[in-house]
Amino acid sequence: MSEDLKILDEVTNSEYKWGFVSNIESDNAPKGLSEDIVRFISAKKNEPEWLLEYRLKAYRHWLTLTEPTWPNVTYPKIDFQDIIYYSAPKAKPTLNSLDELDPEIKSTFDKLGISLEEQKRLANVAVDAVIDSVSVKTTFRESLGELGIIFSSFSEAVQEHPELVKKYLGSVVPYTDNFYASLNAAVFSDGSFCYIPKGVRCPMELSTYFRINSAGTGQFERTLIVADEGAYVSYLEGCTAPMRDENQLHAAVVEIVSHEEATVKYSTVQNWYPGDKDGKGGIFNFVTKRGICLGNKSKISWTQVETGSAVTWKYPSVILKGDNSVGEFYSVAVTNNMQQADTGTKMIHLGKNTSSTIISKGISGGRSQNSYRGLVKIAKGAVNARNFSQCDSLLLGDQCGAHTFPYLEVNNKSSKVEHEATTSKVGEDQIFYCNQRGISTEDAVGLIVNGYCKEVFNQLPMEFAVEAQKLLAISLEGSVG
Amino acid sequence: MSTSTLNNSSAESFTQAIDHFRELYGNHLPAQKSLQIDAAAVFSQLGIPTTKHEEWKYTSLAVIAKNTYRTVNPSDNCSLSKSNVTSLALTNDTLLYVIENGKFNASASNANALPKGITVGSLAELAGDARVQAHLMKHADFSDESLVALNTALTFDGIVIIAEAKTECATPIQIAVVNNTAGEALNIPVRILLIAEKNAIVNVTETHHSFGSKSPVLVNVVSEVVIAEQARVNYIKLQDEDQNTCHVNYHKVNMARDSYQHISTLTWGGGLVRNNLNIRLDDVNCTSYLNGLTIAKDYQVIDHHTVVDHAMPNCYSNELYKGIIDGHAQGVFNGKIFVRKDAQKTNAFQSNKNVLLSDDASMNAKPQLEIFADDVKCSHGATTGQIDEEALFYLRARGIGEVAARALLNHAFAADVIEQIPEENLKSALLDRLTARLNA
Repeated sequence: MSEDLKILDEVTNSEYKWGFVSNIESDNAPKGLSEDIVRFISAKKNEPEWLLEYRLKAYRHWLTLTEPTWPNVTYPKIDFQDIIYYSAPKAKPTLNSLDELDPEIKSTFDKLGISLEEQKRLANVAVDAVIDSVSVKTTFRESLGELGIIFSSFSEAVQEHPELVKKYLGSVVPYTDNFYASLNAAVFSDGSFCYIPKGVRCPMELSTYFRINSAGTGQFERTLIVADEGAYVSYLEGCTAPMRDENQLHAAVVEIVSHEEATVKYSTVQNWYPGDKDGKGGIFNFVTKRGICLGNKSKISWTQVETGSAVTWKYPSVILKGDNSVGEFYSVAVTNNMQQADTGTKMIHLGKNTSSTIISKGISGGRSQNSYRGLVKIAKGAVNARNFSQCDSLLLGDQCGAHTFPYLEVNNKSSKVEHEATTSKVGEDQIFYCNQRGISTEDAVGLIVNGYCKEVFNQLPMEFAVEAQKLLAISLEGSVG
Repeated sequence: MSTSTLNNSSAESFTQAIDHFRELYGNHLPAQKSLQIDAAAVFSQLGIPTTKHEEWKYTSLAVIAKNTYRTVNPSDNCSLSKSNVTSLALTNDTLLYVIENGKFNASASNANALPKGITVGSLAELAGDARVQAHLMKHADFSDESLVALNTALTFDGIVIIAEAKTECATPIQIAVVNNTAGEALNIPVRILLIAEKNAIVNVTETHHSFGSKSPVLVNVVSEVVIAEQARVNYIKLQDEDQNTCHVNYHKVNMARDSYQHISTLTWGGGLVRNNLNIRLDDVNCTSYLNGLTIAKDYQVIDHHTVVDHAMPNCYSNELYKGIIDGHAQGVFNGKIFVRKDAQKTNAFQSNKNVLLSDDASMNAKPQLEIFADDVKCSHGATTGQIDEEALFYLRARGIGEVAARALLNHAFAADVIEQIPEENLKSALLDRLTARLNA
């Protein structure tokens, strides 16, 4: 019997042996990962057979993979058997008023300029009638529902729209894609699902803010966004408020499908806990994000502001399959203290007349390491493809590092690819100019850095952009000696 | 290691060749013997890299696995004479030295008026010299470069150039490296050592040519260039072999304070050419220029890898690489700039521009910056595209036919690299050769 068959045999025979089915009422799975855990998660979420099969296939594939070591980051080896792969969302302690909030978090909120009402929500203060988030959520859902837009948690979508989920799940990031995508496919806990029907322009920014149950979805998030022909959606993920999560490892997967003439704009601000000044604690953020422009004239645009995580490893990518499709990537990655970021994008040009733009701004301070890694691939058939990339790095100290690893692969004679990168520090004359006008050095650096990032912030929705600017100033606090 | 090496008969046959060579000629270079033994061990460990190796991602050495090469050795005889090689001299006043199949060919060399203070000679003869011993095989690190290890283990001859302190050699010294085959596949290690002592100024040109029958050849060149304080070295590599040649070239430069080096790598011959330039700016106030040109057609694969390593403050480096890729050819450029922690006030620039002339041609570029110091100015740019349509229109509007206009623009694009060469005679000689190559 071949090895595969043997495993399969063991699996089919051992289905009930461990008795996890009886354990289904408990909230936490035991530590570690095995086929039983995968089955446990699936059963817990009452998933259909095909999804369980998908998870198991992914798990079996994951077993054959080894952890990637090529990123320009170092971190202690992760013990995958020391992780709890399923735990019911933890209820946060409810506070009676904002006064009970940790003063440090409170001061961050103030600096970010988050309104009092929103502060209460973020801090999980008992909600009052004014911002009854549940009702907010319902109102939004109703108005979206009228347009035929589906916006729900992934688990809900599996129950309510299994045909859509089945059709698109893994179509952009297959479970065989990479080590962490494979792991995610096996054990993903929850996430968001979004479907915009033909010709519909989504009237509002879809934000995970409004989806209360997205909080605490755990470390293996899965997001799937589908824009049908001619549809438009702007999707926001993340939050500028500090996220003090207990989980060490985050391995999320985001898939975007953009059909003919559809546009998807995906913006994210990520501010996970980066660890303390000496690099203790902090989150490992290993994310696979990819979109595919399936139809002609479709468009996918990624905008990201990364300020958190101890280690970030993330390359939001676009496969430009349809003719005349457009891919964009705008990124600001800030690292301070002991943070490490290896981030960038991939633009895979397959269709004719496809174009892509990459603007990446890296800022490193403290003893951090910030890398840009990008691939622009022009296939032979991608006639008249066009790419422009710019990746700039700013260094704010003599202990940090900035690195660029661009890969440019061109396979026909009609395409144009341009890449430029610069590395420099904040000009002393610029700081002097500000000082002269009564602006302290720290504020001056904030000002200059914000100007430097303007190109990216301009891509963010308004309120987000304002918060992102303030967030940047906070992230850089103490980086100027 | 098994995933990133060609673990096949190819690596094994080279290992056997090394064993055989060490057995027969192990004492040929007594002063370097122990280094060569180390290198042999390293090679047998590393094998031949495959495309799974990050540094060989775009260039496959599978072609050398197809052939069984005979490794040249000290008992091979040189057959070329002066009359065979006169056409190789780039300029009339060139001091021409010939390395034939890895061996220094004194009788074909043509250098009468060598200035005082300049020593040029066979590596085998000079290997015992204290100055040579101090540097030979000490700079080109083979611990993770299997082809350097292969070369080091098999080295038996080559050329040594020493410019003593305060000497200036205005006339270019040309090393013509000739592969002369008589119907058999050859593995040819070539070794070059250039020492420029304090305040010396020297011009060296390394040219590569094919003679004899068109049989497959693996030329494995390792050059070590040591530049002392305030010394200046102008170096040109011209690679113009036939398309049966697989050419791998490792060039290591070590720069002391206030020194200057300028190197141009012009590649338009060879079936598969891989250049590794490794420049270490090892002390303050160094200036380094790297220029390169690829002109590829048919099924040529031309790969330029460069590393500019800024280890100390106040240095300057500039890099310009251009490529014209036609037919089914492949161009590769990988330029790394390292700026170490102490290298404050570094200015480092890099530019890579390529033109693709055919839909079957491809270009893979990987410019790379790794910076650990903050007070620096570094930039790189890379483009791949076509001849500017507006420039073409301008010329056509003035009555120049499309074919002629394109040729003119391609020539201007490529000439840009040669124009950087500081030595006037060499520049014009190389421009003539470029014209001939583009018209071929």
